[in-house]
Amino acid sequence: MSKSAAWLDYQVQAGTPVLRAGGEWNVRQLADLADQLEKFEFGKYTYPVIDLSEITELDTSGAWFLKNIVDKSHRAGVETKMVGISAKHEPLITLVQQAASSSVKKEIPQRRMWLVNVENIGQAAFEVARQCKALINFFGITVIALGRSLRHPRRIRLNSLVHQVEQTALDAVPIVCLLSFLIGVVLAFQGADQLRRFGAEIFTVNLLTLSVLREIGVLMTAIMLAGRSGSAFTAQIGTMQVNEEVDALRTLGLDPVEVLVIPRILALLISLPILTFLSDVMGILGGALMAVAVLDLTLSQFLRQLEEAITLTHFLVGMVKAPFFAYIIGIVGCYEGLRVSGSAESVGRMTTKSVVESIFLVIIADALFSILFSVLKI
Amino acid sequence: MSGEVVIRVQGLKTQFGSQVIHDGLHIEVPKGEVLGVVGGSGTGKSVLLRTIIGLITPRRGSVEVLGLDWRGASSLARRKLQSRYGVLFQDGALFSSLTVLENIQVPMREHLDLSKAFLDELAALKIAMVGLPTEAANKYPSELSGGMRKRAGLARALALDPEILFLDEPTAGLDPIGAAAFDSLISDLQKSLGLTVFMVTHDLDSLAAICDRIAVLVERKVRLGTMAEHMEDDHPWIHDYFHGPRARAAGMKFGDE
Repeated sequence: MSKSAAWLDYQVQAGTPVLRAGGEWNVRQLADLADQLEKFEFGKYTYPVIDLSEITELDTSGAWFLKNIVDKSHRAGVETKMVGISAKHEPLITLVQQAASSSVKKEIPQRRMWLVNVENIGQAAFEVARQCKALINFFGITVIALGRSLRHPRRIRLNSLVHQVEQTALDAVPIVCLLSFLIGVVLAFQGADQLRRFGAEIFTVNLLTLSVLREIGVLMTAIMLAGRSGSAFTAQIGTMQVNEEVDALRTLGLDPVEVLVIPRILALLISLPILTFLSDVMGILGGALMAVAVLDLTLSQFLRQLEEAITLTHFLVGMVKAPFFAYIIGIVGCYEGLRVSGSAESVGRMTTKSVVESIFLVIIADALFSILFSVLKI
Repeated sequence: MSGEVVIRVQGLKTQFGSQVIHDGLHIEVPKGEVLGVVGGSGTGKSVLLRTIIGLITPRRGSVEVLGLDWRGASSLARRKLQSRYGVLFQDGALFSSLTVLENIQVPMREHLDLSKAFLDELAALKIAMVGLPTEAANKYPSELSGGMRKRAGLARALALDPEILFLDEPTAGLDPIGAAAFDSLISDLQKSLGLTVFMVTHDLDSLAAICDRIAVLVERKVRLGTMAEHMEDDHPWIHDYFHGPRARAAGMKFGDE
């Protein structure tokens, strides 16, 4: 038999079959040893004695494999005796036997796949309900804290507020303007393309202003802020949560809602209307450029049509939604941040969740507004 | 104890910016020794450990682990070497997206070719060996206490039955009973596997209980010796360390033996 680094062999000594083990019984040889044992058809034949005297090196994996052999024989009804254990290896074999006997008693629970799936669906449903409740609860907490802050304006953290406004509004101006401008261009182009068939190209201006002022301006801005600022809120507060900074605030007698959440919500309440206004302007500007360039309209014609199409109501319908969307983005971002627990991974997960959730809720709110306005005939 | 040297650091100089951490540091650890590394805050205990395991490149000097110098080593040689030592980081450094069982299997999957059943059983064995309850196997690190994370980290460090074990403050944050159990576990493993242990610690009880020699980091250098030898040293920091009120209990126990 060719002898690899670790080997198994058997001999008949004085009428009893003896399994002989030798070489380096370590974790690297384990796969090889398992193969060798397979060849012995171990289940069919059993060996009452195993001779370990030629083992030169033994580690926990090797000792575990030895114990495995003994256990297998035991199950087949034969007690295998280990002989020739060197003094050097004895404590290790004892150690592994103790550890393994305690681990064998309780099997690692293996659950059935389909059962897990069903359970997951149920748990997810309950989780959603729990979270809705918690979010409403958090909404209440912020309203109370906001009311308190407004009654005692000194308690508003001005530094933090200014810093947040800078980050949420000023830093977002370029991207909001650019995207709104492009949306205006696309809207004008698509609208003109369709309306040309009816010879009603001039109404492209109405289409553009109506959709930008009432819907697109505020919705686009809200979605961008949810992605930009809502996610930042979750990540910032979440990281503080992981570092136990939020707990530190609490023990220092500071209310995390007042210190962390209120300035962020206020900042969004200030930023979103301003950015919405900018977005409206840029959207119409983009549309105007497109109209002049492609539709053979002169600028004065465009402006005359614009004056006819635009009303203060349209503008206000868009603007009135902005603070509501801001509030939604703010509380979702902060709430998910405060829910972070344990690891850095949870920060990432909650950030994704906060963006998806706030965009979802913003669109739901927009739909509710549409229904409201149509009922009110605005 | 055979004379073979498994860790050899010669003329090591580590520097961050203008701050020199070690300068001309020598250390040799023979096979089978348990070496405790102590030193005041900021003397570079962890930096020394990270330099030896190749995470920090020294400014000057050489670091040799199991006969391999980090500087000239090919990436293949490095990988091979990395499977021959285990590291326990301060807070376990478990991968947070994996369960304890999967964490222990990471090095096994990387370096060995074994069936899933084998991997599961081996990982379960390591979990039992470090004294974790079986239920911990399917838990994520964030669901474990600090002490349990440490044990799980040790199980991962032991996954490949390494020749050298690097421990960064293994008993910090454990209760005294847990810490004593941890000490005896390391000492058992060390005796039966012929393990070499390089341990950064502040725990005087561990130092007294399981360390053969102690390396004290002072003035950017290292002073090696047994605890009895350090007791005699009249360097102010070493004197305070081994004769302070906290040292007395552990030290006296050591002296009686």
